[in-house]
Amino acid sequence: MSPTMTAPAPALDAREAATPYPAVAERAAPARPAIIDCDLHNEIDSLKDLYPYLSQRWRDHLDAFGVRTPNSGYYPRFMDHREDARPPSGRSSGSDVEFTRQHFLDPYHVAYAVLQPAVLANTALDLELGAALARACNDWQVAEWLDRDERLRASIMIASEDPVAAAAEVRRCARDGRFVQVLFKGRLQEPMGRRKYWPIYEACAEEGLHVASHAFGAYGHPITGAGHASYYIEDHLSPAQSVQANITSLVMEGVFDRFGIKLISIENAFAWAPSLMWRLDAAWKLLKAEVPHVTRKPSEIVAGHVYITTQPIEEPPRPSDFSRLLDHFGAMADHLLMASDYPHWDSDNPDIVLPHTLPEELKTRIRYDNAAALYGF
Amino acid sequence: MLDGTGVEAAIASCLYAVDSVHHPDVAAALAGAVNDWLSSEWLQPEPRLRGSVVVPIRIPALAVAEIDRVAGRPGFVQVLIPARTEHPLGSRLFHPLWECIERHGLVAGIHFGGSPVTPPTPTGWPSYFIEVYADMAGVFATQLTSMIVEGVFDAFPKLRVAFLESGFTWLPAHLWRMDKEWKNLRRLVPWVKRPPSEYVREHVRLAIQPLDAPPEPGPLLDVVAQLGGDHMLLYASDYPHLHAADPEPALLAHLPRALQVKVRSENARGLYRL
Repeated sequence: MSPTMTAPAPALDAREAATPYPAVAERAAPARPAIIDCDLHNEIDSLKDLYPYLSQRWRDHLDAFGVRTPNSGYYPRFMDHREDARPPSGRSSGSDVEFTRQHFLDPYHVAYAVLQPAVLANTALDLELGAALARACNDWQVAEWLDRDERLRASIMIASEDPVAAAAEVRRCARDGRFVQVLFKGRLQEPMGRRKYWPIYEACAEEGLHVASHAFGAYGHPITGAGHASYYIEDHLSPAQSVQANITSLVMEGVFDRFGIKLISIENAFAWAPSLMWRLDAAWKLLKAEVPHVTRKPSEIVAGHVYITTQPIEEPPRPSDFSRLLDHFGAMADHLLMASDYPHWDSDNPDIVLPHTLPEELKTRIRYDNAAALYGF
Repeated sequence: MLDGTGVEAAIASCLYAVDSVHHPDVAAALAGAVNDWLSSEWLQPEPRLRGSVVVPIRIPALAVAEIDRVAGRPGFVQVLIPARTEHPLGSRLFHPLWECIERHGLVAGIHFGGSPVTPPTPTGWPSYFIEVYADMAGVFATQLTSMIVEGVFDAFPKLRVAFLESGFTWLPAHLWRMDKEWKNLRRLVPWVKRPPSEYVREHVRLAIQPLDAPPEPGPLLDVVAQLGGDHMLLYASDYPHLHAADPEPALLAHLPRALQVKVRSENARGLYRL
């Protein structure tokens, strides 16, 4: 949404009613527990934000041609970002590190936050442009985010459909320890376990980096296994199915055991995971002759390698069903990670997102300990 | 199978992949031939059998014509629709099909599989069949989303749907998520008047085979309870196909007696008006 499309700011009272977040000025000093936010978005206001990090050749190219991507059509929606998160400068929400700090990191007592940039590098059809955008995005992250707040860590942007170039970018960025993982979008050209992507996993394994699969993206395929949906509500729901297909692929192609990497599922919610593990085990029991390289139960592989962020958290009508769901996770409950998705419209408020019925010790693990152990914070 | 296990009624689903045929007239002719054969060689000789109408799903108008042609014949209780379609089943393209199925008082039986030209996942073609097998639950989930948010059950309030070979342990999590999305985004689909879970519990039933169950009965019983009613599950053998689990020891033996009876027969009797 461009600033010119912004509705006039509503009165403070109305804004408070419309958002679960209290207004900054009225917030009490944090008596909040520290959190590690595994999904914080650093946005560009426009591609021009990356121009200082691009050569003249690519600046000219972007001016003339833009970024061509597979045309997957549009799902009209009502808003992208929280208007209360828009900086006073009028730039896009999430595009100003100082405002993100004041509005979110400080008041919500964020000890660490893992940045997820949204740049079209991974879907650019011109692969050379994709690689240039990824490199520029990562240099921009270092200079304008990581160097400006010591709590920030970042995901390495890659042009995932050119895995050789992507692996080189992973190795280049890995020299900076503040990059903690490599970012894939949820909808790729091929399922994530396919051999095409193995050079990226090889680089991750060598550099000790994790792999993140963030919801959405589009590579021209329909967003469901049964064709193109019609509405944004479907677009917003279907990443849960996409990430399950990617986890299934990583398991059945033997990627987890071959490379030892860990996958972090971001913005796909999480209540689907126990059923997925049961289903994969049932399928493997019946069909393992097709995949002789998968030598142990899929649920064991998932439990050893998959981590899941909570947002947009499922909300069973009975809180006891949420506790049962965590029972169904078993040891996988130590793989649940707090994520806000700030500053997007559907972001979860860390104060209230976990049901009050959960034991405090379990909340602390989800808010902090699980991510601290995963990332070594 | 029928004599040995005391089957009172069985609904036959002939998985004849006419949806893989691009030529619309050939697809329609093949579907018609299957239905004539099913009627004369299965349903008429065996009174315990009921049938599913095979349709050329790619062109909904041709599917409607085939249903109109055979729906009045004895034994047909269901229209067989593949889970994987070229367009999601809630799409307005399919509303004439739902009108036709509702008008004839048939059940829409949405079954594992399908052969559209598009990939079975939102992220391309997987290498192995085992992935397609496991990913099909996601296809069912998105079809459910589509039918609800496109207002199919608002427009056709008597429509009855059976999910066949869909699994069911994925459903509670999907209902929680759909209800949350509806609270946030219903302004985009204002014709959807109620939380999605209410439509599902009113209109949709799920067959129990193949069983996507946890190894311990405790979590399985949690999930059965989370479905939101004793009316949701239908017995299914999937004979003669192979499966990983026998539903008798893996599911039915753990259910309370009254629920067992419902799953074994009463729920299907109600759904199919047997």
